[in-house]
Amino acid sequence: MQRFFLVFIPYIWLVALFLIPFAMVLKIALSDIAIAIPPYVPKFDWAEGIRAFLAQLDLENFIWLTQDDLYWKAYISSLRIAVFSTLCTLLIGYPIAYAMARAPSEWRPTLMMLVILPFWTSFLIRVYAWMGILSNEGILNQFLLWTGVISDPLVILNTNTAVYIGIVYTYLPFMILPIYSALERLDTSLIEAAEDLGCSRISAFWLVTIPLSKTGIIAGSFLVFIPTLGEFVIPSLLGGSDTLMIGKVLWEEFFSNRDWPVASAVAVILLLLLVVPIVLFQRNQQKQQEAEQ
Amino acid sequence: MSNTVFAPWDDPSERPLIKFQNVTKRFGTFTAIDDLTVEIFEREFFALLGPSGCGKTTLMRMLAGFETPTEGAIDLAGQNIAMVPPNLRSVNMMFQSYALFPHLSIWDNIAFGLRRERMPKDQINERVSEMLRLTHLEKFARRKPHQISGGQRQRVALARSLAKAPKLLLLDEPLGALDKKLRQETQFELMDIQEKTGTTFVIVTHDQEEAMTVASRVAVMDHGKIIQIATPDKIYEEPNSVYVADFIGDVNIIPGTATPSGDDTFAIQWSEETAPLTAKSAIPFALDETCHLAIRPEKVAITADKPDDATNAVQGKILDIAYLGNSSTYHVELTNGAVIKAQTANTRRISRRAFTWEDTVWLSWTATAGVLLAS
Ligand SMILES: Nc1ncnc2c1ncn2[C@@H]1O[C@H](COP(=O)(O)OP(=O)(O)OP(=O)(O)O)[C@@H](O)[C@H]1O
Ligand SMILES: [Mg+2]
Repeated sequence: MQRFFLVFIPYIWLVALFLIPFAMVLKIALSDIAIAIPPYVPKFDWAEGIRAFLAQLDLENFIWLTQDDLYWKAYISSLRIAVFSTLCTLLIGYPIAYAMARAPSEWRPTLMMLVILPFWTSFLIRVYAWMGILSNEGILNQFLLWTGVISDPLVILNTNTAVYIGIVYTYLPFMILPIYSALERLDTSLIEAAEDLGCSRISAFWLVTIPLSKTGIIAGSFLVFIPTLGEFVIPSLLGGSDTLMIGKVLWEEFFSNRDWPVASAVAVILLLLLVVPIVLFQRNQQKQQEAEQ
Repeated sequence: MSNTVFAPWDDPSERPLIKFQNVTKRFGTFTAIDDLTVEIFEREFFALLGPSGCGKTTLMRMLAGFETPTEGAIDLAGQNIAMVPPNLRSVNMMFQSYALFPHLSIWDNIAFGLRRERMPKDQINERVSEMLRLTHLEKFARRKPHQISGGQRQRVALARSLAKAPKLLLLDEPLGALDKKLRQETQFELMDIQEKTGTTFVIVTHDQEEAMTVASRVAVMDHGKIIQIATPDKIYEEPNSVYVADFIGDVNIIPGTATPSGDDTFAIQWSEETAPLTAKSAIPFALDETCHLAIRPEKVAITADKPDDATNAVQGKILDIAYLGNSSTYHVELTNGAVIKAQTANTRRISRRAFTWEDTVWLSWTATAGVLLAS
């Protein structure tokens, strides 16, 4: 009986919070737009029966996504932004994680605290703060003008640069923490052994430190990549009109066009796109756990 | 082959390969190595012996380049090595914790150092195969370190440090996890390698039998200091202190006061009820100076009747018998309460043993059997 609960509670959780909502979204994606509340047909009617209901569902919206190039351009652009910002986050996060792991052990909890600290304020407030920093009259431009580095304010806000800054800033802790935990476990005598066998500091880093923190790098990269791909708040607040991201498109379909079926179709495709990295991520976690045993 | 004994330490014209000159190493306020001076010569098999935490690994790490002395200097082949980074020293170290690369196979672990030298591929193959054969690891070449046993891992670590054939090899407890047979085999392999390649070995061991077997000289350490450096037989036969005598092998330590009785001979008053003991000593003792007589159990004879011609003879009762297979150690309680150990070879079956518990026996030894030590 106990085992039954242990196994089934997670499944009930999964069914209630993922599968049922997903089925509902999928159903809307297969429906047609209508001037109604909610704005789609068909609605399930007990009188007509399940067969007649299913007959009215079709793939029209998915076909539409392939016809209008806005959508696939948005997917590609999101993918590009997600890949590039994951890379930037990695390049910035790795040295930070490395420095934390090499810091004296009594400092580490404090450093860890500093990394997590931003989570204690609202994400939205932090993004708004970036607007204040990056805008033409913002703190950054004022500072640069004051030091005389530039004579005209830099246009950063409402460009892709601002989006990258926002994403890297927001997701950096997700990159740092898994890499830090991999590096902290790394036995320093391995580095010494590599040096003893003829490696310079740099080659010991490439041949020992990097391979042994690989699982951390992969985990961190997915933790940044997966949410960034569907990111909506950062591009709409910091990005410009030319910032094309699928999260924004989805929002506009849903709220501006009130085209729930197309918006749902966009969401379903996005989810399918995310299944691949999520599965890869799970695989990586599993491998790491096996290696630890 | 010449028959000259290998003893460069006795030859003032020999230059040492390694020279520690008043080296002190402190970690914070803790002194791990305390004003240590030692010379190790080329082709030596130098064994470090000492209790846990006495600074053996620290000494090795300074040679390998992972710690710098707080004070003093270390010379390698006549040059101060303070500024030479570990990868540029022709020194390889086998780590006490093995430090095998978990992401590489056994084969790649052993080849790691060779690859860094940009050795040609076929030579690497050959060398790695040779090392695998030497350490009986051929079957495990493709496995990762976590897929083999502790003893096998230790052999991989040994193979990896041997592979580059360095001038100086530092082995930190290289054979501790091996069974006795494999250990002896590997000891002879190491001696063989040393004979062939002329590599200088510095080896840390907790196994004094091992130190006795392989070493040209043994250094006994305590609290960051070297207490005695000598050849294995000298360390055993002529320890310079109670500490060394007690640390190496089994020993009876009898405290007493010395009375010179002429010709390097001393009478040792050690108990009210018993006659003084007689011992010879090259080191002079003053009248009534406290001293310790150290006698190895195997140098104490055990008999049923009092031997007529023995210099020292005491009577006692057998308290305990430790059967060790090829020999037995008898713990004999003397009339004054002291317990003395005597060891005899078991040339007969155990059932035909001459003595048993509670038997009254005589223990005897000659004047030169023990060493007289100052406290
Ligand atoms: N990095 C360090 N920081 C502080 N203390 C250290 C450090 N390394 C070693 N010590 C201390 O120095 C002393 C000597 O250590 P070392 O590792 O040389 O001992 P050892 O003789 O090799 O012992 P064992 O036989 O147990 O391996 C120990 O008391 C240890 O606690
Ligand atoms: Mg040690």
